[in-house]
Amino acid sequence: MSASPALDHIEAGAHGHHYTTTGLDSRKIAVWAFIGSECMLFASLISTYLIYKGRSVVGPFPHEACNPPVCATALKPILNIPVTSASTFVLLMSSLAMVLALAAVENRNLPKPTLGDRILGSSKLWLWMTCILGATFLGFQSYEFTSFVHEGLSIRTNLFGSSFFTLTGFHGAHVTVGVIWLGTLLAIDYKRGLEPGDAINVDIAALYWHFVDVVWIAIFTLVYLIK
Amino acid sequence: MAHNDSAPRGGHGAEQAHGAAGAPHAAAHDAHAHPTWKQYKWVAVILTAITVVEVWVYYIPAFTRTKLFVPSLLIMSAVKFAIVVLFYMHLKYDARLFRALFTGPLIIAVVTLISLMFLFGHLAVRLGS
Repeated sequence: MSASPALDHIEAGAHGHHYTTTGLDSRKIAVWAFIGSECMLFASLISTYLIYKGRSVVGPFPHEACNPPVCATALKPILNIPVTSASTFVLLMSSLAMVLALAAVENRNLPKPTLGDRILGSSKLWLWMTCILGATFLGFQSYEFTSFVHEGLSIRTNLFGSSFFTLTGFHGAHVTVGVIWLGTLLAIDYKRGLEPGDAINVDIAALYWHFVDVVWIAIFTLVYLIK
Repeated sequence: MAHNDSAPRGGHGAEQAHGAAGAPHAAAHDAHAHPTWKQYKWVAVILTAITVVEVWVYYIPAFTRTKLFVPSLLIMSAVKFAIVVLFYMHLKYDARLFRALFTGPLIIAVVTLISLMFLFGHLAVRLGS
């Protein structure tokens, strides 16, 4: 506590927010700095994947078939683009649901005369949608990993397997953390309702969620589409 | 549906509701007006359309063999990345400090990635004829 009530306001915020002398919420500054550091983490993982790309001695390979004698049996290209395209669409739609959840919390106190307004203003609905779409993405990833292992590609098979599972596994772990985070917001919403004063907490979770989405946008192109 | 499409999604409602009490940080949130539902919907449509085009060109063997294939995919991916960051992460509307905190490390990351591609021979600059 400072001697000046005005400074107290800046330090703690009018309603418990952590505002700094920049006028910005310190938690939001922290989450943007965290996202910046995450950019570098994923850049290092993507770099590793790209450096090792095309240098695997044994199959399966991502975009090329593998025939004897390189592989014991003939193997198809392992990446399943239709399935991954569907999971990409799911993650993009989860980002839309997330921004609508944030808008619903921010505008909770506005009147909602029509059914459309009530649907758009339901933070529970959009948080549920985001969670379900995130879990669906994880389901797609689990299916992909399982099918790869059945087709003979594990993290120890070749350079492609090692770098691919590390990169997409790290991303999947981030999505899992995001789904759990959104689950906690849902629990709070059911317990006492998310008010406009809680918007900063939803905003921070949303920033993390959208970051996970933009990382997948890069991975989808660099890993899956570029041959 | 008449769901207030034209109304900007105001930053954090609490700041607005608290009025003068929130003055020290109100300035920072003035620039925090979010896009409308219509804009969010169109952003989603554009992102989906770009993804469809990306997957579509992947299945055109004649195009995948050209030199345009990789640059076109990278450009489409960069556009999607930018749209999500600017509109869904509200970087277009938010404080400059947030932009700096994101773009600074992003530039370092991209430059490092490109440098490593040159270092490991995945990219090369051809000198002379």
